[in-house]
Amino acid sequence: MISLTLVPTATWYLVLAAVLFGIGTFGVLVRRNPLVMFMCIELMLNAVNLSFVTLARQLKDVNGQTIVFFVMVVAAAEVVVGLGIVVAIMRNRSSVTADDLAELKG
Amino acid sequence: MNSDLTTFAGPAIDWFAVSPLIALLAGALLLLLVGSLTPQWPRGWYGIASVITASVAIVFLILLWRDVTNSGPKLLVGGALALDHFALLASIAICSSVLLVSLVTSDYLARENSDLPEIYSLYLTTAIGGLVMVAANDLVVLFLGLETLSLSLYLLAASNRKRTESQEAGLKYFILGGFASAFFLYGVALTYGATGSTRLVDINVVLNAYISVPRNDTLLLVGIGLMLVGFAFKVSLVPFHAWTPDVYQGAPTPVTAFIASSGKIAALVALVRVFITAFPSRADDWGPVVFVLSALTLVVGSVVAIVQVDVKRMLAYSSVSHAGFILVGLEAASHRSSADAGDGLIAIAVYVVLYAALVVGTFSIVTLVVRDSSDDGTTLDAFKGLAKRRPQLALAMTVLLLAQAGVPMTSGFVAKFAVIQAAVAVGSYKLAVIAMICAVIAAFVYLRIMVSMWISDTTTSDSTISDATTSETVEVPVFTGAAITIAVAITLVIGFFPSLLLDLTTNLTQLASK
Repeated sequence: MISLTLVPTATWYLVLAAVLFGIGTFGVLVRRNPLVMFMCIELMLNAVNLSFVTLARQLKDVNGQTIVFFVMVVAAAEVVVGLGIVVAIMRNRSSVTADDLAELKG
Repeated sequence: MNSDLTTFAGPAIDWFAVSPLIALLAGALLLLLVGSLTPQWPRGWYGIASVITASVAIVFLILLWRDVTNSGPKLLVGGALALDHFALLASIAICSSVLLVSLVTSDYLARENSDLPEIYSLYLTTAIGGLVMVAANDLVVLFLGLETLSLSLYLLAASNRKRTESQEAGLKYFILGGFASAFFLYGVALTYGATGSTRLVDINVVLNAYISVPRNDTLLLVGIGLMLVGFAFKVSLVPFHAWTPDVYQGAPTPVTAFIASSGKIAALVALVRVFITAFPSRADDWGPVVFVLSALTLVVGSVVAIVQVDVKRMLAYSSVSHAGFILVGLEAASHRSSADAGDGLIAIAVYVVLYAALVVGTFSIVTLVVRDSSDDGTTLDAFKGLAKRRPQLALAMTVLLLAQAGVPMTSGFVAKFAVIQAAVAVGSYKLAVIAMICAVIAAFVYLRIMVSMWISDTTTSDSTISDATTSETVEVPVFTGAAITIAVAITLVIGFFPSLLLDLTTNLTQLASK
């Protein structure tokens, strides 16, 4: 009988964080709905949070874990500002997709 | 319980050294609170409150400047912030741009019939973020400053709720800015993983202390790269500049002036501080990248500006090429291996200060001449025959444009000369030559605006009507006139007497390290 014991190492989490960050980046680049783009940016920030926690654990240093709280606050503030701008746009027009927002080009 | 509280000891805080931040914060909060509790103030008073706050901050900064001259640079708040001449000079530039832009905004909002306090509050919070960024000695503090600055700027860009272009600009700026912040933060995380610290000074110590093992080096280099990408978005370096023309065009013109001055200065100075303080030992790795970014930014910025028809887009690309010039200084600084980055650092500081005055002055005139709300948009046609209608205004614009082009006897020449001199001093001739060629190409753009002002004939058949309407509306209100006068005065005085500014920079290369 083969005993398969996989103990997750720090590398796993770092790779997971990198993959999440990649998904977020891809999402911002290909999706056209501003709300989904916000979500992708949030995903990127949370991927960074995961890296911070993992690296802090690896370095046995508590600073990396406290940084995560700062990042969470910033992410929350970003959502407030972003949604505020989207609401302001929605008042002027019925739908918002990034393709509709093409008045500015040169 | 009590003993627990007494044993807690936070870092010692030198309150006077952070007084500019406190002044700006107090001004922003008071303006917002009192402004929303009291009925509409008389016209222009919100702007005056903002100007007073910025002036108080500048006075504190000048007092601090004297302190640093006497007792040398130092670190504040447990090593989170640096107090040195480099940071102070950039801080003064940021506060001055708040001052000038508030003057211009006051008239602009009166013209649009929407004089409200929040815009000025946002200017002041942006300045807080900027002051934190230019002094940050910790990557996380830098990130917090960057977000304070950026979130305020997104709102400012979208602040005109009647115009959809403004909101579109705000949303574009927000999405690309948030995207860039995430990249920057990922770079911080990886650097932290490789070095075990986020303090710039400590990172440098760690990197110099041992020859790092290969795994750490990969992590570190990826981290540096991601941080550079994040910064490149913020200061709009090619190929990360796509948002710049759209945002500059869509945002209300005084806000454009503010984004182009404060936003850019803060990000550039922070970029320089991070790379010079934390990673001088890896200069061989990031130096070539900065070289390529700088060359691309210079060439694309000046060439693409030529084909633009919209004044604000034209100036947006010109600001892109200015960022390229500042990077030439950073590239020069990368050739020095120690923290003493020499001429490059001085060149960057001088360029940043003079650029702030130039760009605010130029956009102030654009605010007067070109109407955001007009149907034909902000095309170059608005400048046709300005010399006949408003000779003084056309003259001021000419001086500012000549300075942007780097013509001798103006501050722009001092700035460009310093940068190119620094590049030549360390032997990066290729970049110096590229910079000079691009300066000539960019001069063509400024020449186009000047030709349109002085030579273009306005009596063509279809433009007579619009000419008649614009000729009565190009008035120069008092506040805007004052701002333009200050900008032109700085441009000419520094152009004729560069030593007034250059004498201040003698201790500039000593960055705070303990």
